[in-house]
Amino acid sequence: MKVTADQIKCCGAGQCVLLAPEVFDVGVPPPLERSREWGREEDGIVVLLDEKPPEHLRAAVREAADMCPASAIAVHEDT
Amino acid sequence: MTITSNPAEDRAADSGILSFPMDRAAGCPFDPPPRLQAQQQEKPLSRVRLWDGSTPWFVTRHADQRALLGDPRVSADATRPGYPRSAPSNGRNNISFILMDDPEHARLRRMVTGSFAVKRVQAMRPAVQKIVDDLIDGMLAGPNPVDLVQAFALPVPSLVICELLGVPYDDHDFFQRNSSALVKQSLSVEERTAAHGALLTYLDDLMGEKLAHPTDDLLSSLVTRVKDGELSRNEAAQMGVLLLLAGHETTANMIALGTVALLEHPDQLARLRDADDPKAIAAAVEELLRYLNVTHSGRRRVALEDIEVAGEVIRAGEGIVFPNEIANRDPEVFTAPDQLDLGRDARRHVAFGFGVHQCLGQPLARLELQVVYSTLYRRVPTLRLATEAEKLPYKHDGAVYGVYELPVAW
Repeated sequence: MKVTADQIKCCGAGQCVLLAPEVFDVGVPPPLERSREWGREEDGIVVLLDEKPPEHLRAAVREAADMCPASAIAVHEDT
Repeated sequence: MTITSNPAEDRAADSGILSFPMDRAAGCPFDPPPRLQAQQQEKPLSRVRLWDGSTPWFVTRHADQRALLGDPRVSADATRPGYPRSAPSNGRNNISFILMDDPEHARLRRMVTGSFAVKRVQAMRPAVQKIVDDLIDGMLAGPNPVDLVQAFALPVPSLVICELLGVPYDDHDFFQRNSSALVKQSLSVEERTAAHGALLTYLDDLMGEKLAHPTDDLLSSLVTRVKDGELSRNEAAQMGVLLLLAGHETTANMIALGTVALLEHPDQLARLRDADDPKAIAAAVEELLRYLNVTHSGRRRVALEDIEVAGEVIRAGEGIVFPNEIANRDPEVFTAPDQLDLGRDARRHVAFGFGVHQCLGQPLARLELQVVYSTLYRRVPTLRLATEAEKLPYKHDGAVYGVYELPVAW
């Protein structure tokens, strides 16, 4: 299984982080005083932690892809 | 099969088109209007008649709602012709990015997604627990019976969102009153516009103060963006109104109506009270979200192109209404959908909507409800209604459903 997460499509609802936190996270914004130096546009947007998740996480990854409201997560089963 | 509860509905039924919204049936305060159920079985894609006589499409099946709400050919832009408005509008009650399409919607929404990121919100759990514990202490030390809405259901999410945004809680009477008016569809357009204007001015003044004295909160971060030229001051204030309103009104209704539902289902309440596993509490929250549907006036969209769905073609420019309360009772997705069953897997519910507009604050709502539902009934095991459930003042006229008042005793 190979997973992709599209940061352009992502709307930051956070469903994937709840379902498969080993595979998905979302960026957390920096403290206010440092906000100018940090790349703020990724705040709260999906970050893929493991693009080839192990067997025991795959069911949760499939569910995360299905539940993603923005269809930002794609699962390729063959690769 | 015709089950109708008011004359307007009867007339509409005669012409073959249902009026929407329609009241929930008397004695069934947690269930969608009975006609919706029949509609889902008989004609999942139909037309409904709105207050202005327009007849947008009406999508009742869970699968069709998800497909269309996730479809980029469907627009949430309320300024487009054909958009099915829920009430008269003079176009001035901008409610920020929820009524916009990408890329404008994404530009604005992404400025605040980080503040509602799952782990950031979960780090607030001890603070939310303390708010809940303190309010229960106060309630137990006060008069018995009491109105749970004022003593607990409204203060919990109001205190939390005030902390997150940087809004002084001392102003809660003001913003709760105006927020409640803004979603009350029985009020005139002038009254709702006045409520919106009052909130907008309030948020704009508050941001002016934060411009001079920034603090570590969400409104101050928006003010920084205004200074940097990323956001206009009006856009920032509009976003502030949205976050303040959405941050307390919906959750408050989930707390109060959820309590009524649990007290009316003692077996489920016992199950929740005895649950030690955080996963069981989380599952109970999802089930109550699915079952109660406090946002019940239908998500609204307009088609940008011709779209084929369920054997029909929705034409470009036609409005579409998505009543989530019936999608969440779709037997294709949920077994015995009309039963409140805290043990079921209810995660596929559409109580937070679907598509790129799905609720931004859902991690915060979940956290607050998990803390409330796992604490209140344990700390107050003898909690009971101080009136009959049928006599409670249900918000049939609200865009957000719940109870205006909830007298409880213990």
